[in-house]
Amino acid sequence: MDIMRALGAVCMTIVLACAGAGASAQQPADGEWPMAARDHANTRYSPLGEITPANVTGLKLVFSFSMGVERGQEAAPVVVGNTMYVVAPYPNFLYALDLTRPQAPLKWTFAPNPQAKAQGVACCDLVNRGVAFADGKVFMNTLDGQSIAVDAATGKEVWRTKLGDIGKGETITMAPLVVRDKVLVGNSGGELGVRGWLVALDTKTGKEVWRAWSTGPDRDVLIGPDFKPYYESERGKDLGMTTWPGQAWTVGGGNVWGWISYDPQADLVYYGTANPGPWNPEQRPGANKWTAGIFARRPGDGQARWFYQYSPHDLHDYDGVNENVLLDLDWKGSPRKLLVHPDRNGYVYVMDRLTGQVLAADPFVHITTTEGVDLKTGQLKYNPRKEPRVGETIREICPVSPGGKDWQPSAWSPRTRLLYIPHQNLCQDSETYDVSYIAGTPYVGVDSKMYAGPGGFRGVFTAWDVQAGRKRWSINERFPVWSGALATAGDVVFYGTMDGWFKAVDAKTGKQLWQFRTESGIIGQPVSYRGPDGKQYVAILAGVGGWAGAIVSGGLDGRDGTAAKGFVNAMKDLPAYTGKGGRLYVFALP
Amino acid sequence: MSSRCPDTLVALALALALHAAHAADEAPPLRVCADPDNLPYSQRDGSGFENRIARLVADDLHRPLAWFWQEQRRGFVRKTLGAGECDVLIGVPAGFDKVLRTRPYYRSTYVAVSRRGEPPFAGFAPGQLRGRRFGVQLIGNDLAASPPGHALAENGATANVTGFLVYGDGPAARRMVDAVADKAIDVALVWGPQAGYFARHAAVPLAVAPIAAPAGFPAPFDYAIAMGVRKGDTLLRDQLDEVLARRRADIDAILADYAVPRVDMTSTRAGTP
Repeated sequence: MDIMRALGAVCMTIVLACAGAGASAQQPADGEWPMAARDHANTRYSPLGEITPANVTGLKLVFSFSMGVERGQEAAPVVVGNTMYVVAPYPNFLYALDLTRPQAPLKWTFAPNPQAKAQGVACCDLVNRGVAFADGKVFMNTLDGQSIAVDAATGKEVWRTKLGDIGKGETITMAPLVVRDKVLVGNSGGELGVRGWLVALDTKTGKEVWRAWSTGPDRDVLIGPDFKPYYESERGKDLGMTTWPGQAWTVGGGNVWGWISYDPQADLVYYGTANPGPWNPEQRPGANKWTAGIFARRPGDGQARWFYQYSPHDLHDYDGVNENVLLDLDWKGSPRKLLVHPDRNGYVYVMDRLTGQVLAADPFVHITTTEGVDLKTGQLKYNPRKEPRVGETIREICPVSPGGKDWQPSAWSPRTRLLYIPHQNLCQDSETYDVSYIAGTPYVGVDSKMYAGPGGFRGVFTAWDVQAGRKRWSINERFPVWSGALATAGDVVFYGTMDGWFKAVDAKTGKQLWQFRTESGIIGQPVSYRGPDGKQYVAILAGVGGWAGAIVSGGLDGRDGTAAKGFVNAMKDLPAYTGKGGRLYVFALP
Repeated sequence: MSSRCPDTLVALALALALHAAHAADEAPPLRVCADPDNLPYSQRDGSGFENRIARLVADDLHRPLAWFWQEQRRGFVRKTLGAGECDVLIGVPAGFDKVLRTRPYYRSTYVAVSRRGEPPFAGFAPGQLRGRRFGVQLIGNDLAASPPGHALAENGATANVTGFLVYGDGPAARRMVDAVADKAIDVALVWGPQAGYFARHAAVPLAVAPIAAPAGFPAPFDYAIAMGVRKGDTLLRDQLDEVLARRRADIDAILADYAVPRVDMTSTRAGTP
């Protein structure tokens, strides 16, 4: 074991030394978990196999740690060397825990002191989705729009860069990704008309190297001669302006609050853009580029290689920011560089990640808003009967605004060749009502009310056969499965539920093998690492919240079903199952 | 006797006076929730018309007035009436069902603000919309457009329409009126109370004219405004209704002071009581 670990460390060093030459894989040492998705391919697969279906029933709590904030805990703990780094929701405390000592005591705490104002404008609870470790530093973002590098050994601030303007409603909730000497960060706030961007900062200084806007002229979007999208509909000059009326692109959304992947061979980063904003679809005729889609870019200068729009002229708040899992697989008989993306619009997209061609788009949930994807043109086929219209109530819109699945990341096991997708099963009615009360201005608004989809359950954990384009097995849950998934080499898969169960299931069959009740609902990202004692550990944060759990973490009134943009209606019974919380749990075999 | 009686009377009178003063002290304050910086409605310094109406109502009820300041953003009702921080909201749309409403005490409408001397807004016929630049408010939780914004879109005007966000530097309505004055846009379609106030304070002479929704448009352009109290607080609601009836002329005078455009209270347009 120790030799393996030492080898791992050596490999890391070589990779870092060679990084300047480009295209080297930054594979983490097998026992570590240095970034939210563990690897640049976003697999969330741990090569540790000590915990198996045969012994997982013996899994025991080793230690737990209070996060000090009882808000939605969406972060992934990160483990490098003998230290775990974990970040709390606003006010975004960063903790370093010493794994060499019993009960993993605190090594240091870093308090970034974000502006309190950020709480008022964050759309969906005060979450933070995790940090990234590289080069002896921990990179974190704060809700009020700052990116900060912290010295991993001492907990001292190395640099901080203010990236967004909280006054405009701009926040940061996503987990950054480090690619060589740059840390990539994107913004949130499309609901408030914030224009989306992805920024690359120098890991040493925090200086901005490039910024790629999601709307506007090609020079802002970093579209140049290298831009070669697969589909005709993505080609043309300044589409980030011309597919919008007037100046609407300046408040056009397309935020970058989800996951970023990186393929070191192709030297391309992949990330999705959020819904167009801010006003109703009829005020922004056009495709609204480059929102609700995916970019492939060169990390060195940010130049775009290709783009594909999942939901052109998005009608239903279907952000395109979900994870992109990079897989090298046989596709219809020949090896292919694939990108797999379960989208909010309800389809699992399989794409050629070098060209941006859509190879398959199969529904993983009940869908009424669209009728498939035309694989020739790449166009999503909208169902006109589900389009929102002023003065009309539209019933049974499926999937809902948070989508067939939202941010909660899936995991891939190369052993079972299955993608484990945590998601929801929800539909909604959008009702037009006369007035609301913002700044004294009457207006006609739309309220959404979400409810369980067919079958009556609100959450699902699905094992998806990527090559076959269909479900292998699934587990129904009472509430949306708002936690991430973890796959392991022991063929045990982990996820958590909003009513507070941390579960281990058989990766091949979906049979539940073990569960543990936590103090609050789980919406975090499970991770696995090897401790200093050589054993395999599994860690998860509990603490319900986020958009789905706002009824508990935000203390919303269940009688107002339209609160949290209609999500409260579907979650009225959540307070009966769980209270607020904020605690890290770490498990191992005895 | 003649000397004692007056003493007794004086003592009694003093006691009664003291009691009365004490009773006034004990009258619970009328607690009003308002935005601390949202002219022309309310301002922490008391300079908004809702500040003045609140003062008038409190005086009429012989109750002290207490303010609770809260920005009118997401969760306003939950953080104010819902949290027990106050008893009254001075201006809510009469159809706003998150609170219990009084009878409406004024009705305003969306208006067109244009530069005086230029052609006024002439309706939503497509021919009238080309060649002019419009501004609309973006409001609500999802920053939807206002009813006139929807009407513009339905009639084909989108590229020549600018949306003004409620978030940002000062009220959207003020930025819109300034944009008309600066010739950045030609016509601002704004909610009346804000339009009247900001147009009066603009740098160049502006015209303010009520606008009507196009035929068949599903949303009204004019809305009645009432006071709002906690659901179930019918006692206070009834008291306020009495004050509003009794002080109708005074309230109208305050609204006139702030150039609030008003339309006939008896309007029976769809969607508003």
